[in-house]
Amino acid sequence: MFKSEPMSNTSALSATNAPYIEVNNLNLTIGGNQLLHDISVTSFTPGVTMVMGPNGAGKSLFLRCLHGLLIPTSGSIRLLNKPHESTTASQSMVFQKAVLLRRNVIKNLEFAAPNGTPPTEITELLAKVHLNGKELQPARLLSGGEQQRLALARSLLTKPRFLLLDEPTASLDPASVLIIERLISEATEQGVKCIFISHDLGQAKRLGADIIFLHQGRLAEHTDAETFFTSPQSREAKAYLDGEIVL
Amino acid sequence: MLGDAFTEAFTLIVSVNPELLEILWLSIQVSLTALFFSIALGLPIGTSLAITEFPGKKACVTILNSLMGLPPVVVGLLVYLLLSRSGPLGVLGLLYTPTAMVIAQVVLITPIIAALAYQVMDDLHREYRDLFQSLGIPLTKAVPTYLWDARYSLVTSVLAGFGRAISEVGAVIIVGGNIDHLTRVMTTAIALETSKGELAIALALGIILLTLALIVNAAVTTVRTFGLRNAYV
Repeated sequence: MFKSEPMSNTSALSATNAPYIEVNNLNLTIGGNQLLHDISVTSFTPGVTMVMGPNGAGKSLFLRCLHGLLIPTSGSIRLLNKPHESTTASQSMVFQKAVLLRRNVIKNLEFAAPNGTPPTEITELLAKVHLNGKELQPARLLSGGEQQRLALARSLLTKPRFLLLDEPTASLDPASVLIIERLISEATEQGVKCIFISHDLGQAKRLGADIIFLHQGRLAEHTDAETFFTSPQSREAKAYLDGEIVL
Repeated sequence: MLGDAFTEAFTLIVSVNPELLEILWLSIQVSLTALFFSIALGLPIGTSLAITEFPGKKACVTILNSLMGLPPVVVGLLVYLLLSRSGPLGVLGLLYTPTAMVIAQVVLITPIIAALAYQVMDDLHREYRDLFQSLGIPLTKAVPTYLWDARYSLVTSVLAGFGRAISEVGAVIIVGGNIDHLTRVMTTAIALETSKGELAIALALGIILLTLALIVNAAVTTVRTFGLRNAYV
């Protein structure tokens, strides 16, 4: 069933000399269980790289390794030709469940804002995420969609070069999804590289420039989005796109 | 007889009896001073234990939790041995002084505050750890954030410590000696007056102590309710 050699079509993706993402032989073992197996991915594509795959495929672990929250057992990760350890300051991550401080909305943003951030920038960002007028509300009393928008605004405030998103729109209302997608598109237009985990095929089609498809901790496929959706290279991705239950 | 004792007790309270007032004032002074030092020691201990990883951490947490149940008379005995004339700190001449009582209470309530702070901070650290790492928040900024964001839960811990301190009798009677006008606090006075059959004074002090306990509990409930209402807990 499973192809040991992942399909790759990255040569067609080249848009810059330095790869945005360069992962070589990434392995992750936790508590004696190998969770990521020998993943190698090179992406030259600007914009949004979608990470897809069924539950338990290792998507979040992969993202956490990229962000430095997990230390790989072996292998290397380079972002824009630099070891990822040296790029963590230029990264920001939005978690699946928004982690908000026990304080009001504006104070959550001020906490993450780099020194010297003008208050007008925070106000503008609040308006962009449709939270203006809620500045003084306790952040953890916001709705799920509002909390996730606040978390995204906080990440953008740090002016990241890489924005990592772990299913930020899972279980959100369409209005919140739309606001978040617009913000991500705007960020990519400004040169931010986004790495986005999603199960939503429509969202992947709307946003994705290339797709990394993981299955059981292994790379099954890495292709540009168009190829992925029109003629997936791996059996697992094809089954996933056909709506079959992929375990 | 009991009715008379209650009537006399209320009279003593309403008339603001100077002797009661002196005992009450010393009790509050000793317990608040002990609380101050216990906060200064307990919060950093609990916080650092929660947010750092080191070999033997689990053993430290187990020991800290066990110390919450320290028997007051044993603490009193240990502090007595420490401060007695032949003890290592005997030269300081602190035995049978309010300072000795403060020391005993600090030993008793610091583990309570530290252990409760650890629980609060450990939960918060599990929630915030990835975010702080992601945002590159240094420890110097993370620690004040933890303390501030846990403020409602920590107040509960601190008030629990105060409740233990103000109602403690075993340790302070050993190291304080229950000396009139010098080291007599509410709990030791209640024990003495009851043994003498002076039920009115004992009851009056008991009523004041219960009222203090009620005030502390009401404060805890108010603080927690406010925190919960704003999702700050």
